[in-house]
Amino acid sequence: MKRFRHADAPDLETAIVLLREEGAEAIAGGTDLLTEMKAGIRAPELLVNLKSLEFKGIRDEGDALAIGALTTLSELEAHPLVKERFPMLAQAASLAATPQLRNVGTVGGNLLQRVRCWYYRHPHVKCWLKGGEECYAEEGLNHRHAIFGTSPCIAVHPSDLAPALIALDAEVRVVGPEVDGWLPLEEIYCLPDENHRERTVLGRGDLLTEVRVPYRGNSRGVFLKAMERAAWSFALVSVAARLDFDGNRVREVRIVLGGVAGKPWRVRDAETLLQGQAPTEELVAKAAEAAVAGARPREHNAYKIPLARSLVRRALLELFELRSRRD
Amino acid sequence: MVKVFEKRESTLGAADLAGPDPVSLSLRVNGQTFSFVAEPRRTLLDALRYDLGLTGAKKGCDEGTCGACTVLLNGKPVYSCLLLAVECQGHEIETIEGLAKGGKLHPVQEAFVEHDALQCGFCTPGQILSIKALLDENPEPTEEDIKRAVSGNLCRCGAYPHIVEAARAAAKKLPR
Ligand SMILES: Cc1cc2nc3c(=O)[nH]c(=O)nc-3n(C[C@H](O)[C@H](O)[C@H](O)COP(=O)(O)OP(=O)(O)OC[C@H]3O[C@@H](n4cnc5c(N)ncnc54)[C@H](O)[C@@H]3O)c2cc1C
Ligand code: SF4
Ligand code: FES
Ligand code: FES
Repeated sequence: MKRFRHADAPDLETAIVLLREEGAEAIAGGTDLLTEMKAGIRAPELLVNLKSLEFKGIRDEGDALAIGALTTLSELEAHPLVKERFPMLAQAASLAATPQLRNVGTVGGNLLQRVRCWYYRHPHVKCWLKGGEECYAEEGLNHRHAIFGTSPCIAVHPSDLAPALIALDAEVRVVGPEVDGWLPLEEIYCLPDENHRERTVLGRGDLLTEVRVPYRGNSRGVFLKAMERAAWSFALVSVAARLDFDGNRVREVRIVLGGVAGKPWRVRDAETLLQGQAPTEELVAKAAEAAVAGARPREHNAYKIPLARSLVRRALLELFELRSRRD
Repeated sequence: MVKVFEKRESTLGAADLAGPDPVSLSLRVNGQTFSFVAEPRRTLLDALRYDLGLTGAKKGCDEGTCGACTVLLNGKPVYSCLLLAVECQGHEIETIEGLAKGGKLHPVQEAFVEHDALQCGFCTPGQILSIKALLDENPEPTEEDIKRAVSGNLCRCGAYPHIVEAARAAAKKLPR
């Protein structure tokens, strides 16, 4: 790890001023940033510690739950209101990483963490995302990579919280010189391209301060995650699904996949198919098929298509309280 | 928005900048205060091992994927390899060295000995601290709770069944 200067942010504005400096980076829990610094992938000259700021904790706002960006994943997972109102969010948090990482890692850091592509994480490989010429995964070891989306970088977004929060229509507050205000969480993510080799629209000095999750009457949600082992693994594929019923018909539905694209991947075709319908197993099968219809596998990751299809199917069957003949 | 922030450039001095050269640091470890000098890039793990001479926390991977460096920060298990010492000032840190009191092992340590819950012992300080934190919070854990509590501690010797047994035994021993 290279040497750096360090400052505890005394307040939000000073933090932003400091972060506008060349070579400055924000550190929250540091569980992602420090691994990159140790690998020499990033070498900030100045670290601005956000933990001295106030954006911590979870508040009931009457019509929504407000979650400070510096709330740890452990606090999120254990909070009574999260468990009661948004069990899928508690589930997503509890399946991320390990107890030790959840005790330190924050919600903001989780949403803004960098990709786990092994070429990216390798200290000596300068791939396209790191400013190089070529994506080595495209023709190389792409077992964990994307099956959706068009970008010169095919690494997937690793966060478990992001799909769950997008399925819950969460909004985030960003304060900073380039992006400022409330926006849907879904809209902070983008696929990297030649002009913007980044996965979010946030610019230098922009800070995420709060996540707001609206209460939705009878909404029910499910988060499922397929992993190589039952703990301490990033999602091969995850699905966050939420349904709102009107009688026995679907009033509103969200299906968001993780581990399949450079950003959390909302499958709107499948959502449209379910809208206004009464649930049947046939409908569920069709929606699961629609969810993977646009997938384009690479040499080593075709397994993600049946995996995603099955996870969507399982999530919907669970939400519709239907039992599958095959399960 | 940009203008507002530019105006504040002059207030930059409001923040205390430390480093990159060594700075004075002070850590509370096992109830004692330790003062030393280190660069801001010093991790808590390296500070414990090299500056404080507390080598109970082990360095396996140095990147959050093994659990050997587990210590307690304000009672919660954390990976000391992924924390900066400078950011741990003012918090209570507990390492394996702080568990035995007056020459007597902590009940979790005793249970590890009695249940043969280790082979090489490299993961053991971390396992014990994860279980101690669990029992402090939940004195009557289920097997599932125990497994979850040590799910961030790898044991390459595969002592897992005995680790779970030791945790159950320790739960019975501890004063309620
Ligand atoms: C071994 C391992 C396994 C893991 N497994 C999983 C998993 O299964 N699922 C999962 O979802 N995650 C997983 N993670 C990722 C982990 O959850 C994240 O590292 C953690 O949540 C990041 O939070 P942090 O506060 O430590 O972020 P930091 O490391 O402090 O920051 C991460 C990035 O976000 C920026 N940042 C942080 N906070 C803000 C803010 N408020 N505003 C603007 N920028 C900010 C930082 O500058 C940095 O670039 C794993 C990590 C490790 C090391
Ligand atoms: S997928 Fe992205 S991060 Fe991985 S090698 Fe290609 S460009 Fe680099
Ligand atoms: S040394 Fe910290 S987790 Fe391996
Ligand atoms: S006892 Fe050897 S690693 Fe666990």
